Amino acid sequence: MQQLAHLKKFTEVADREIMHSGHVACPGCGAALAMRLALKTLGRDTIIVFPACCWAVIDGPFPYSASGVPVFQVAFETAAISAGAISAGLEATGKKGINVVAWAGDGGTMDIGFGQLSAAAERNDHIIYVCYDNEAYMNTGIQRSSATPWGAWTTTTPGKDFKQEHKKNLVEIMAAHRIPYAATATVAYPDDLVRKFRKAMSTEGFKLIHIFSPCPPGHKALEKDTILESRYAVESRVFPLYEVERGTDYKLSMDPPKRQVNDYLALQGRFKHLTSEQRMFIQHKVEEEWIRLRHRMRVSEAMG
Amino acid sequence: MQKVLTGNQSAAWGAMCAQAQVVSAYPITPQTTIIEELADLVAKGLLDAKFIKVESEHSAMAGCIGAQATGARTFTATSSQGLALMHEELHWAALARLPIVMADVNRAMAPGWSIWTDQNDSLSQRDTGWLQFYCESNQEVLDTVIQAYKIAESVDLPVMLVLDAFFLSHTYEAVEIPGQEATRKYLPPYKPSIYLDVKDPHAFGGIVPQDVYMEFRYKMQVAMNEALDVSVKADEDYKAMFGRGYGVIEQYRMDDADTILVTSGTVASTTRAVIDDMKAKGQSVGMLKMKMLRPFPADLVREALEGRKRVAVLDRNICPGMGGIWSQEIRNALYHTPESKRPDVYGYIVGLGGRDVTPEVIEKIALDVQERPIKDGEQVWIGLKE
Repeated sequence: MQQLAHLKKFTEVADREIMHSGHVACPGCGAALAMRLALKTLGRDTIIVFPACCWAVIDGPFPYSASGVPVFQVAFETAAISAGAISAGLEATGKKGINVVAWAGDGGTMDIGFGQLSAAAERNDHIIYVCYDNEAYMNTGIQRSSATPWGAWTTTTPGKDFKQEHKKNLVEIMAAHRIPYAATATVAYPDDLVRKFRKAMSTEGFKLIHIFSPCPPGHKALEKDTILESRYAVESRVFPLYEVERGTDYKLSMDPPKRQVNDYLALQGRFKHLTSEQRMFIQHKVEEEWIRLRHRMRVSEAMG
Repeated sequence: MQKVLTGNQSAAWGAMCAQAQVVSAYPITPQTTIIEELADLVAKGLLDAKFIKVESEHSAMAGCIGAQATGARTFTATSSQGLALMHEELHWAALARLPIVMADVNRAMAPGWSIWTDQNDSLSQRDTGWLQFYCESNQEVLDTVIQAYKIAESVDLPVMLVLDAFFLSHTYEAVEIPGQEATRKYLPPYKPSIYLDVKDPHAFGGIVPQDVYMEFRYKMQVAMNEALDVSVKADEDYKAMFGRGYGVIEQYRMDDADTILVTSGTVASTTRAVIDDMKAKGQSVGMLKMKMLRPFPADLVREALEGRKRVAVLDRNICPGMGGIWSQEIRNALYHTPESKRPDVYGYIVGLGGRDVTPEVIEKIALDVQERPIKDGEQVWIGLKE
C-alpha cells in the first residue's frame, strides 16, 4: 500500500471507478477508455447524453447500462441541444452542480449534428461537449465522415477512391465561435485528459473536448496498439494536444520529440495503399498545420 | 382577468397559466407571435421559464425532450414546414413518454409557398403517438393548453393542440384568463414518476432488442386508450372549475337531423351559422364538431352518427390517393355499425391553402349531399376553378 500511495503522486487520475464492467465496446476501443477516464474525473453528479454513435451501443442494451450515471439517448443530430436543454431543465427545477455531458462521435458532431452544435456554442449552453473522434462512421461499419483524414480507406472510399478531402478542423471551427474552452486530448496522455475535464467542469458555458479515439476494426489496427496509435498521433503532430480559452488564447499542452508521420500511418491498415509520395504529402500538410497552430500560439502570447 | 387576445397570444397565455418551466422554440409564420408573446411574458417576469432560442424546429422539439426529461414542464409551438422538420422528434417525444405540450398553427405545406391554413401539416403527424386537439376559438385555445398539460401528465404522452392560421392565430377575441393561481388548483406542479436523477441513475432510450420493443409499443397503446376517458374527464373538471368545456366531440343541433356535417377548426363556427339558417328554413341538418383526432373517439362518433341518413365530412386536407383524412376516420368508425343504422359518408375537400370556406360553400355541401348518389361521394372537391 505504501508503494501505491507513492505512485499516486505521479498521476492525476482518480482511483474511483464510475463506469461498470460489462460494456460492449470492441477490444481496444479508444472511446471506452476515454469514457472510463472522463467518468473518474466527472464523478456521479453527471448526466450523459448519447446521440446515435458507438457509445449508444457500448452502454449496453435495455435494461443494462455501463455508465454508472444517468444516461439519456437522443436522436443522431441532437446531442448538443439535448444536453443544453437538460442543463436548462436542471436550472428551471433548481438542481445545481450537475455536469451535463454530450458524448458524441465524429459523424454526430461534424456532419449530421453540426448545425445544432454550432447553435449550442453560439447560445453558450452550459455543457461539456465531448467528440470522441474515430474518424469515420464506425458504428455503421466504417463509412467516411467529414472527420475522415485525407488518404484513408473506408467502405465508402474504397480502392483508388480513397478519401480525397481533408479532415474538418473541429477545434478551429469551435474556437471561431469564441466558446469559453476548447481542448484536444487522447487516452495516451491520461493526466492531460483528466486535467482538461477538470478545467471544463470548472468553466461556465460551452466547453468542447475533442478526443482522438483509435478504433481497431475501423483503422485496421491492432487492438494492443490503441495507446501507441494515440501517442504517435500526438508525437507526429497529426493530432497536437492544445487548449483554446475564450476562442482566442491558444496554449500547447505538450511538445514531445517530433516523430515522422509515417510511423503513425504504418500502424493502420486504412492507409496501407498510400505510396511514399502520398505519405510525404500528408507529412507536408501536417507540418503546414503545425506552423499555423504555433503561429496562433505566438499571437496569443503577444496579445497577452 | 379578461383580455383581448389573438389565437396565438391565447396559446402563449395558456402556457403562462400552466407555468411552463422551459420553452424551446423557433419562429415560423404564422406561429411567430406565440413565441414573441412568450418572450414578452418571460421578460416581464409573468412567466418564470427558461426560454431556449433554438436554431430550428428539430432542435425546438429536441429541447423540449431534454428539458422534460429532467422533470420540467415544457412548451413549444410551430407550424407547417416546422412541424414536418420535427417529425423524427415527434416520434421520439411520444415513445420516450414525455408529456410535452405543443401548439401547431395549421398551415398548408409547400411548394408553392403558402402561409395560409389547412390541416395537412398536423394530420401528417397522426401516427407519431401525439394526442391531437383541434380548436375553434381563442378561448378554446387557451383552455385547451391548460387541459393538455392535465391530460398529457396523466398518461405520459405528448399533446398537440391545433389552431387555424390567421382565422384564429391572428384574429382578436375577448379571452378569459384564469391566471396561475387558479390554474394550479386544476393543474398541480409536474411530478414525473421517473426522470434524469443523479441520485437514482437510469439509462433512457438505449438499445431495445426484439424481445421487448413490442411491449413498449403496447404500453403506449394502452396509455392512448386511457387518454380518451382522461380527456373527457379533464374537460368536465375544467368546466366545473372555470365554467367552460368543449367535449372531445360536440353535437351541434343534431337532435333528429338526417344530414350531419362533420367539421373541425374554425369551419365549425361558420357551419353553426349555416345550420341555424337552414334549420330556420326547415332543413333537417346538424353538425358534429371533431375536436379530438387521437386517440380517435370512435365510440362517441358512432353513437352520434348511427341512424342518420347521410354524413358530409368537410376535410380541409387531402391524403393524396385516398381522400380527406377525417372522412377516412369517420368511415372507419362506422364500419361495425349495422347496415340499417349506418349513414352514407361523403367526403368533401374544401379550403386548402387557406381558401375561404364561406357559408355559401357549406350550404352548397349541405344541399349537394342530399342529392348526390353515394357512389360519387367518396371525394368531392368544392369550388375548384376550371
